[in-house]
Amino acid sequence: MISVKILGVGCSKCRALEGKVKDLISKHNLQAEVTKVEDIQEMMGYGIMMTPGLVINEKLKSSGNIPKEEQLLNWLKEN
Amino acid sequence: MIAIKNKYYFFPLLLLPVWLVLYLTLQSITDLIIFDLINLPKDSHLTSAISFFIFEVPKVMLLLILIVFIVGIIRTYFSPERTRKMLGGKKLFVGNVSASLLGIVTPFCSCSAIPLFLGFVESGVPLGVTFSFLIAAPMINEVAVVLLFGLFGWKTAILYMSTGLIIAILSGFVIGKLKLEKFVEDWVYEIKAAHSEIEEVKPAFSERISSGFDAIKEIVGKVWVYIVIGIAVGAGIHGYVPENFMAGLMGKSALWSVPIAVILGVPMYSNAAGIIPIVQALLEKGASLGTVLAFMMSVIGLSLPETIILKKVLKLPLILTFVSLVAVGIIIVGYLFNIIY
Repeated sequence: MISVKILGVGCSKCRALEGKVKDLISKHNLQAEVTKVEDIQEMMGYGIMMTPGLVINEKLKSSGNIPKEEQLLNWLKEN
Repeated sequence: MIAIKNKYYFFPLLLLPVWLVLYLTLQSITDLIIFDLINLPKDSHLTSAISFFIFEVPKVMLLLILIVFIVGIIRTYFSPERTRKMLGGKKLFVGNVSASLLGIVTPFCSCSAIPLFLGFVESGVPLGVTFSFLIAAPMINEVAVVLLFGLFGWKTAILYMSTGLIIAILSGFVIGKLKLEKFVEDWVYEIKAAHSEIEEVKPAFSERISSGFDAIKEIVGKVWVYIVIGIAVGAGIHGYVPENFMAGLMGKSALWSVPIAVILGVPMYSNAAGIIPIVQALLEKGASLGTVLAFMMSVIGLSLPETIILKKVLKLPLILTFVSLVAVGIIIVGYLFNIIY
């Protein structure tokens, strides 16, 4: 089971990233759980400075942008 | 990180001449449409409004696309993490100057204001320097600069940028001097922020180009509606409002107009794209440049939503100091330009 966390407080990019990740997961039948982190202190624990942040299996993968689909898929599959 | 191959990165080079030809022939195309195609009478209010609209919309869009593309590429060379590293331990003033300049080129969105603020303060960037960044970043943005350049000319655009920079530098400097650290919420200094572990990979040039295209999609996609509506209203004013109509209300002689313009501007947010074309039309009708500049700066630079977001990490006295310093700075700029021009 892959754990995916989207860090961000309701900005439009955060919602877009969440949607994109969820679509990818269902499209490729991946076993993953997506949670949204909105608590600032928890977000800071991952050291991001721009939202949205993307954390896969507790590792920060990107922040401040929406990664490309192939990139996301790579990260999800390497776990 | 895998390099995403982009075969089309030479595209912009091919598009540039097309852009140039379009931009340079815009006036003739407009005249052709107005007088030959739809055959509108010369010297009527309607003609004046419509030709303003037909000329300004594509002009501003063309400028916007070009600048957003270039800024999108420049921004790939800067990241908040990098900026933070550059600002850490910087002394006052020098720090304020660099923070304000970096505020222009570092990617920033007001929804990220909190994590950015925390990230800066945690890693030892002084409070005043952090504020210089937070003031410059939204105020001097590419959309505002393009609109000012397109509708008011390069002098006004440069005036706006340089006075905006001065306000950001000085306000941050004063906040630093006042030693207001105690008015930052206590938990800010207690949390231990991890340092971002993303390995910074130098993107290939083709990826930087594709970031430029992404920026066009994102920013132009968001603001074009405001620009079209703004220019439409501006066109109406341009065609129908009598000359010097605004002179009494927003002219030089109306002394109170500068502070009122600033106060009105604060709650208006994200409509900078729509507000500038309207204001440009008002300028034509006798409003004075200082008043207009002050209004735009407060619309763009001081926003109520961002202040509310910052309330999570700042106590009231610090917020009030920040807002009033910037507001006073803007008012001074307004009066200054009313006197000079």
